[in-house]
Amino acid sequence: MTKQIITVLQLYPKDMNIYGDYGNLLVIQRRLEWYGYDPKVIHYNVGDVFPSDVDIVIGGGGQDSGQEVIHTDLIKIGPQLKALAEKDVPMLMVCGLYQLFGNFFKTLGGKTLTGIGVLDVETHGTHERLIGNIVTNNEEFGDIIGYENHSGQTFLGKNAEPFATVIKGAGNNAKDGYEGARYKNVIGTYLHGSILPKNPKLADFLIHTAVTKKYGDFSTDIVDDLLADLARETASDRPR
Amino acid sequence: MVYMPHPFIIILGKAVRYAARLRGGGSALPGLFVEKISPDFIKQTLGQLPRGVVVISGTNGKTTTTKMVVALLEAHGLKVFTNRTGSNFTRGVAAALLGDIDIKGNLDADIAVLELDEAHAVKFVQAVPPRFSLLLNVMRDQLDRFGEIDATAKMLEKIAIATTNTVVLNREDTRVLTIKDVLKDQKVELFGLSDELLGDFPSDDDMRGESVKKTQRPAASVVLKKYSGNEATYELGGREFSTTLKLNGVYNVFNSAAAIALARAVLGTEMKTDIILATIAVVAPAFGRGEELTVGGKPLELVLVKNPSGFRLGLKSFSPEGYATMIAINDNYADGRDMSWLWDVDFESLSEEGVSQVAGIRAYDMALRLQYDEVTIGHIERDLVTALRQFIDNNADRPKRIYCTYTAMLALRRELGKITKVEIVS
Repeated sequence: MTKQIITVLQLYPKDMNIYGDYGNLLVIQRRLEWYGYDPKVIHYNVGDVFPSDVDIVIGGGGQDSGQEVIHTDLIKIGPQLKALAEKDVPMLMVCGLYQLFGNFFKTLGGKTLTGIGVLDVETHGTHERLIGNIVTNNEEFGDIIGYENHSGQTFLGKNAEPFATVIKGAGNNAKDGYEGARYKNVIGTYLHGSILPKNPKLADFLIHTAVTKKYGDFSTDIVDDLLADLARETASDRPR
Repeated sequence: MVYMPHPFIIILGKAVRYAARLRGGGSALPGLFVEKISPDFIKQTLGQLPRGVVVISGTNGKTTTTKMVVALLEAHGLKVFTNRTGSNFTRGVAAALLGDIDIKGNLDADIAVLELDEAHAVKFVQAVPPRFSLLLNVMRDQLDRFGEIDATAKMLEKIAIATTNTVVLNREDTRVLTIKDVLKDQKVELFGLSDELLGDFPSDDDMRGESVKKTQRPAASVVLKKYSGNEATYELGGREFSTTLKLNGVYNVFNSAAAIALARAVLGTEMKTDIILATIAVVAPAFGRGEELTVGGKPLELVLVKNPSGFRLGLKSFSPEGYATMIAINDNYADGRDMSWLWDVDFESLSEEGVSQVAGIRAYDMALRLQYDEVTIGHIERDLVTALRQFIDNNADRPKRIYCTYTAMLALRRELGKITKVEIVS
């Protein structure tokens, strides 16, 4: 029997790859394999043709310079990404791409980078770097454990719900206690670590959503997450 | 103005240094003490040196490169002051000075060669402008301390601008190379790799993108042309020279090209190529940088890993075949608290032999990383002392290799010192 294919689109690996967010792709890829599916990964870079058939989209953080390089291209493919979001396609956007999936990012120098507005959030550059181990909580996925490192501070608009509430750490900004944002199955977050290895429930949400959407049901294989549990235990006890 | 440091301060500092040594470790502690009571101490002491100050900075390879530069200059008859301990913060420099000056505050040296952490170097060069600087690379390392990699590159730029004579830059690191464009008053010298070797050095930028063919590069004064086994060929001033090396790992060998380029800039016409080659041939890597110890009659190598590019190069440089492998990952301040970097390293090269022991504070993060590369693991034990014992006992008849972060390396060396000969670093 040929295995069922799930297409994973990774946005801008060339310019937005520098904080270990590759781990997120690897986790999705491997878990799909372990569950018995055939992951097909598309690396989308500036100037590439945007693929028509996509089941999961992930994107990472980058340098400020990386954000500028991809900005024009992202605006160009914005309508396609928006259409996928409306069709309930699961997406995970970390840090830099989380910011640009919002309405805008206003830099400290006063320059405004327009976002693609999938998430109703806005981000303002600050002098303060929010940095360190972070633990948040989401009703559906439980405690989410990772590492944040950003100087842009993000605020939710009326149409965005927070992804999680902060237990330890800063989150979106130093004020309201929220971390990340969610719209339909699109999740934006500041968490590195990488986020998915130590939060397998979140990884399985993306996978489960994509598979049931495409094939109607999901395999019942079980992945052993003991090491993830132990790594979570250590991480949540470490100093900021 | 003649500067006379207060003898009392120096005696006190020396006493603290002695006490700190007795206590074991903590080479920056006495320096902190002197810095507090006499902030001009470093400036005044180093200002006396006839051939000035040389600063070496960058993310990877500072300690081994500094060691090589010191050896090259000493071989040419210079008396060199250096912060040998690898305590590369300003305080470490003050601490090292305390060990070397006489009671009147005089330093018996021609030149100072100092390795400095990027952020501390920026502060340091404001007080003491170096005559020469060598900027090795900018890689993702401890970004939780410095913020973004572009910000780190800016720090190196500040060091270059503060330099009064010559800045030596890595041609193969785009962020370092472009520093030359902002320099007006300084001479610039480059070191580089042949096209053939360039493929062995993926930068963080190329890491997950398609590899970029770098064709049009400016000429470099020292180029590492070939490296295989333990023989290296350099191009120096347009001519090729070969030598055997004690250094291992392609990364250390590239740094030898950097050291030669810097020595060439400092020595000018005094430089003798045969002395350079003879010296480079016998330099051993700095402690924990591919250093080889003997345990139970079998070799045990320590490989320091601090960031994804360093770890990737380590895995590429040393074949796992026939070796038992241990990986020890700590997340103390000096290691960097963020574990994201482990996900930017491919461990598939270890899948054939497996990893015998995973250890350190973040042992489970490392084990989780290996799970996703489907590498088998023998034992996981957070406690380094227990893990080391287990590793040695389980692999008594095999050569061993330990990849470890900075503080894990210090702890392992301390433990290994009890069972074998380990070079003393004061």
